[in-house]
Amino acid sequence: MSLDFLLEIGTEEIPHWMIPGALAQLAKMDLFGAAPEVDATPRRLVVRAKGLPERTPDQEQVVKGPPVSAGEKAAAGFAKKQGVELSAMTKVGDYYELRKQVPGRAVLDLLAESLPQTILGLQWPKTMFWTGGKTGPRFIRPIRWIVALLGADVIPFAIAGVKSGSVTKGHRKLGSSSIAVTTVNYESELRKNFVILSSEERRRKIETEVGALGAKFDHELLETLTFITEYPTAIKGGFDPAYLALPAEVLTMVMRHHQKYFSVESEPGKLAPHFVAVMNTSGDPEGLVQRGNERVLKARFNDARFFFDVDQQKTLVDRVPDLAHVTFQAKLGSYLEKTNRVVTLVEELGGNAHARRAALLCKCDLPTEMVKEFTDLQGIVGGLYARHQGEPEEVARAIYDHYKPLSMEDSIPSTHEGQILALADKLDTLRGCFAIGLIPSGSKDPFALRRAAQGVVKILAEGGSALALELLLEVASTAQVQTVRPPSQSDTLVATGIVGGGLPLPDRQLKEFLLDRIKYYFREIRGYKYDEVNAVLASGCGTLADVEARLTALAAVRPTENFEPLAASFKRISNILKQAAFDPSTVLDDALFEEAAESDLHIEFERVRTMARGASYQKALEAVASLRPKVDTFFDTVLVNAKDERVRINRLTLLHNLLTEFSTIADFSEIVTSGDTK
Amino acid sequence: MDTFQQTLFKLKRYWDERGAIIQEPYDVEVGAGTMCPETFLRVLGPKPYRVAYVQPSRRPADGRYGENPNRLYKHQQLQVILKPSPDDVLDQYLGSLEAIGIDLAKHDIKFEEDNWESPTLGAWGIGWQVMLDGLEITQFTYFQQCGGIDLELVPAEITYGLERLTAFLQGVESVYDIQWTRGVKYADVRLADEQQFSVYNFEMANVDRLWRLLGEHEAECKELLAKYDAEKDPVKKSRFPVLPTYDQVLKCSNLFNLLDARGAISVTERVGVIKRVRDLAVGTARIWADQQGGAAA
Repeated sequence: MSLDFLLEIGTEEIPHWMIPGALAQLAKMDLFGAAPEVDATPRRLVVRAKGLPERTPDQEQVVKGPPVSAGEKAAAGFAKKQGVELSAMTKVGDYYELRKQVPGRAVLDLLAESLPQTILGLQWPKTMFWTGGKTGPRFIRPIRWIVALLGADVIPFAIAGVKSGSVTKGHRKLGSSSIAVTTVNYESELRKNFVILSSEERRRKIETEVGALGAKFDHELLETLTFITEYPTAIKGGFDPAYLALPAEVLTMVMRHHQKYFSVESEPGKLAPHFVAVMNTSGDPEGLVQRGNERVLKARFNDARFFFDVDQQKTLVDRVPDLAHVTFQAKLGSYLEKTNRVVTLVEELGGNAHARRAALLCKCDLPTEMVKEFTDLQGIVGGLYARHQGEPEEVARAIYDHYKPLSMEDSIPSTHEGQILALADKLDTLRGCFAIGLIPSGSKDPFALRRAAQGVVKILAEGGSALALELLLEVASTAQVQTVRPPSQSDTLVATGIVGGGLPLPDRQLKEFLLDRIKYYFREIRGYKYDEVNAVLASGCGTLADVEARLTALAAVRPTENFEPLAASFKRISNILKQAAFDPSTVLDDALFEEAAESDLHIEFERVRTMARGASYQKALEAVASLRPKVDTFFDTVLVNAKDERVRINRLTLLHNLLTEFSTIADFSEIVTSGDTK
Repeated sequence: MDTFQQTLFKLKRYWDERGAIIQEPYDVEVGAGTMCPETFLRVLGPKPYRVAYVQPSRRPADGRYGENPNRLYKHQQLQVILKPSPDDVLDQYLGSLEAIGIDLAKHDIKFEEDNWESPTLGAWGIGWQVMLDGLEITQFTYFQQCGGIDLELVPAEITYGLERLTAFLQGVESVYDIQWTRGVKYADVRLADEQQFSVYNFEMANVDRLWRLLGEHEAECKELLAKYDAEKDPVKKSRFPVLPTYDQVLKCSNLFNLLDARGAISVTERVGVIKRVRDLAVGTARIWADQQGGAAA
């Protein structure tokens, strides 16, 4: 007989953002072959499954005994220890063996044993203890009831003094606090008691209702409200249009972050004096909830207006000296020092006067009341204030945009000045942190350097910047960073490049870090194949526009018939040269060609070289691919390792010239061909 | 419609019926009801305790010269401590809202994650802000640690913002319009405090003297802490003035808040001063727990 399973962990309200993570863990629960279905509201985590067995199957266990040579006495002793008669043992080869029948167990018992561990073993970002002091059970919030059923039976166990049973609770105010349920009627009983168990259904209910009330869609808010309610219902409210004089960004922030309201637009980009709130109840027939929310919002908007007015008493430029009192990073100094570095960087990156002005002012919103209250509006507030205070539009826009892009989905700054400023700001953070050894590792990235680096790459690629990565790193060298703390001797060794060759170590690490982000960008965002990205970057980076042009050409030529075989040949060439430890100092000598295939290849090489030069990347790659027949013939008929040393060197030189000449667009040996096992 | 004080009577009555000691406000300046010894010290140790009291709470930086309808330099909290927290604590709390006339079936109530932490007290807890029709009316916290000490009996702390709650109940948009009692508004009772203390806190408090006072109270506190540790006689130890030691911590905390409102503490100094006050709070919590443990033994 197969049984249905129901587990409901009844808790006090769980933080909304942690619920999906907990469900993902519960979905992996071992239910004896049955598939767990999970769902949740803020007060309950639920696992259901159909078709669990009543018992686990009986199993035979083989226990190896003493060797036959040890005699019957040893075997008898072994049998006694196992609790069986000697006759139960069999001789298998040189050993005694016991075949034990292990009977299956009731799944109910097994679950009663394992569920407490499964529940308390859930991983949460932060847990608490509520009974039994610090050594007591830990969970995200106190567990107040547990429903655990297998078929019609309660799976008996207890956690933190709470015994499992078959009684659940409905909505805090609209439902009963004691509802007997079965695996069959559980969800419908909850619904009668104003709990919509399905998060998908709650999500749809919210989406439909707020949409009907004219709300602007907001995915993140929708998710939050889905997991903050058991019975969501949307209502519309309004506010005095006079508040629309405040910046729309500020109004939206107040509505969204502080009040979890959707904003309403009268036309795209223009706020209407309305909002949509989502209640955790079934309705507001007397309009009490609406009026309450309207009053709260009015008070919030009053605060915002107060901050705005106070902030205007001091212009951004007058706030520059105040930045000396705002710490950027202990070793990297204040925001004033950062500002000075960013201004210089903007200049070195070729920023115009507007960009430089924006760099000077871009952090001046940090000490404003508005940003202290709405931290997420940093930059945006600065841009709005700059405009309000009569700074040129280019300056205001650049400040407004300079934290962009905030994610890979976010757009880059819309103006050239904004792009330069955003680059300089991010590069300064990156080089500063790398210079003092704050390099992200694993999940640890407190300064969000990955996001900064990804932002740099996105701006370089999508802003059509003429800045090559190498040049950028030269300008933004970590050696330019003056740390507040005097550098230790080992820092000096690193910075002067005495440790490690070429670039100073932090610069090399930063370059690697940026290259990683470049690869990620072209692979994951632009969808090029990983080996194509590797091949192109192995031939040098340059500007990202150039990287992309080479990638486009490579991807276009790759499916043609000659390309992959030629790539395989190039890899072969590269291996041959490596094995021969070839020193490319010799000049090719036609007179040393012995075979026709050699001179044919050479002639073809010269022809293609002429064709490729000055051609588009795609035309050039097509020309290179046309080398294939001659290369094939060469390898079919010519033995590179000729007995005559001069002939051998000459052949290696031909291959070397071929490889270097045609690897400027992409390093073909990085291309994974069908012959590779990779 | 109930007046401000009638609502207060009802809340106190409600918690009286649930076995809480009804205390009067503590008579040293505090920034929150949590800082009163009735909470900060009593949550330590194994003794169950239930207490409720109104605590006028001073936050100099929140002053608005009496001009902002919702922000106050000094607001009043009703602080409830239930140690250990009963299993139905949230239902009891919701019951208190019904008791002051809120029909919860007609309103929207949400518990939104809001963990509380006080770096100056070495204390933190897990909890929610309770939202009633979008208005934060209560901070609910399960204390986990206080004065750097992990708690044996986890208390529930329920902090009602009385001005907000009564403004909501009375349907007024400014706290100054709350009916304190018949014919007397909140403004009649409290507006002068708001105006005068805003002027003092933001403009006139003598910064040098505040720093000196902070140093003096800190020195007094440290001296007492050292004397407790040096005291070997168990009888003298059991009557050692730990509570006066804690008053010095409260003085320091209030002076820190005043200096902060005056803009006299730079970002870099801030962390250091917070640590100075925390060391005193943690030290006092330690000797209080030690003294209680000694008395029990």
